[in-house]
Amino acid sequence: MKLLPLALTTATLATGLVATSASAADLSVSVELPRINSASYHRPYVAIWIERQDQTAVRTLAVWYQQTRNNEGDGKDWLKDIRTWWRKGGRAMTMPADGISGATRAPGRQTVTMPGARLSGLPAGQYNIVVEAARELGGRESVRVPFRWGAANTGSARGATELGAVSVTVTR
Amino acid sequence: MTHFKTAAAAIALMAALAAPLSAQAHRQWILPSSTVLSGTDAWIGIDGGISNQVFVADHNAMRFDNVKVTAPDGSTVAPENLMQGKYRSTFDVHLTQPGTYKIANASSGVMATWSLNGTPGRWRGQAADLAANVPAGATDVVSAPFASRIETFATLGEPTTTVFQPTGVGIELVPVTHPTDVVAGEAATFQLIRDNNPLADAEVTIARGGIRYRDNPEEMTVKTDAEGKFTVTWPEAGMYWINTAWRAGGPAPEGMGRGGPPVASASYVAVFEVLP
Repeated sequence: MKLLPLALTTATLATGLVATSASAADLSVSVELPRINSASYHRPYVAIWIERQDQTAVRTLAVWYQQTRNNEGDGKDWLKDIRTWWRKGGRAMTMPADGISGATRAPGRQTVTMPGARLSGLPAGQYNIVVEAARELGGRESVRVPFRWGAANTGSARGATELGAVSVTVTR
Repeated sequence: MTHFKTAAAAIALMAALAAPLSAQAHRQWILPSSTVLSGTDAWIGIDGGISNQVFVADHNAMRFDNVKVTAPDGSTVAPENLMQGKYRSTFDVHLTQPGTYKIANASSGVMATWSLNGTPGRWRGQAADLAANVPAGATDVVSAPFASRIETFATLGEPTTTVFQPTGVGIELVPVTHPTDVVAGEAATFQLIRDNNPLADAEVTIARGGIRYRDNPEEMTVKTDAEGKFTVTWPEAGMYWINTAWRAGGPAPEGMGRGGPPVASASYVAVFEVLP
């Protein structure tokens, strides 16, 4: 995997992956990718999805992976390394996915927002946001944050190795 | 099927065939380099050997003459870069279709013994060729079918089940849980059938790789139920070797099963990768 600048397409803009402010969206997930001091640092592959309380996947909100092919192969060859997401639903999706997939992100705070209109089919109730990160020549970690859909609320959790603080904000 | 040049070779092979039914048997295994893959195409490597400790190549290479790779659409894929080494044989499989592939080393046929003017004779081959290979005037002719199958599975993208269509010969696996969808700590259930009928009350041995690096083999034994189903909860991630054998009239007593007239038998090995 190699570093690539994130090219914003009109599709990603239109679907609100990159919103101007969280207040314009109904579900917002903030993920801190830690700065890891490694000579061979590669940006992690990351998947963010909504799951029910029984851990069945409802919907993938974002997948960040290498968008190109290099001499080691195609970026999609390593999607399986986000192994929980891959098994729970990633393998059933077609990549790239408009408004969901994009390039790997740099260390720091990254935000994903989903307008309520795109989650209109989601029944009110208790869910988790799962963030899973897998890094080439590094480790893998997933973090779960419970949240309630149907009312304004917030939740947060923290990873220990591959993920920092993860927070979820629902505005209604 | 190769024809044996000497009686000694035939007898050695007979002993090897009987071996899976005895307790001190060397174990036959195949080991895939990956079983869960993503992307538009992928390569996996397969090693095959016969040794005391599963996946430890220190005794004999497996012969891949009969190996067959079945793609999700049912077509046969040619193994690439086939090599037979001292302790292991290896080949590559190029996965170009989404779905589940089956890599199987299976053989079946009949074994026969007879007596000709007081001299014992034996032959192994396909049932259709039996009559032509028993000498005229032979007495005490006894023949029995055998079937052995060693297989593993790999999936590119989403798992599919087309490759689990039974052939009806010997022991085969019918997934309740998909073999490339097995995870540590979760229970998985599989059905075993023999000649298309449930293989009930069979003892299934489950061995995890990496035995060289721990003191306890940590082997498990489970029994199939009336439907031929067994359930296992994988204690941890790793490569697992699953084995069962059937013999008409039940297993031979300890130390028996070498020589004597043949009895119908079937053996089965599957290798699964259990992910964390």
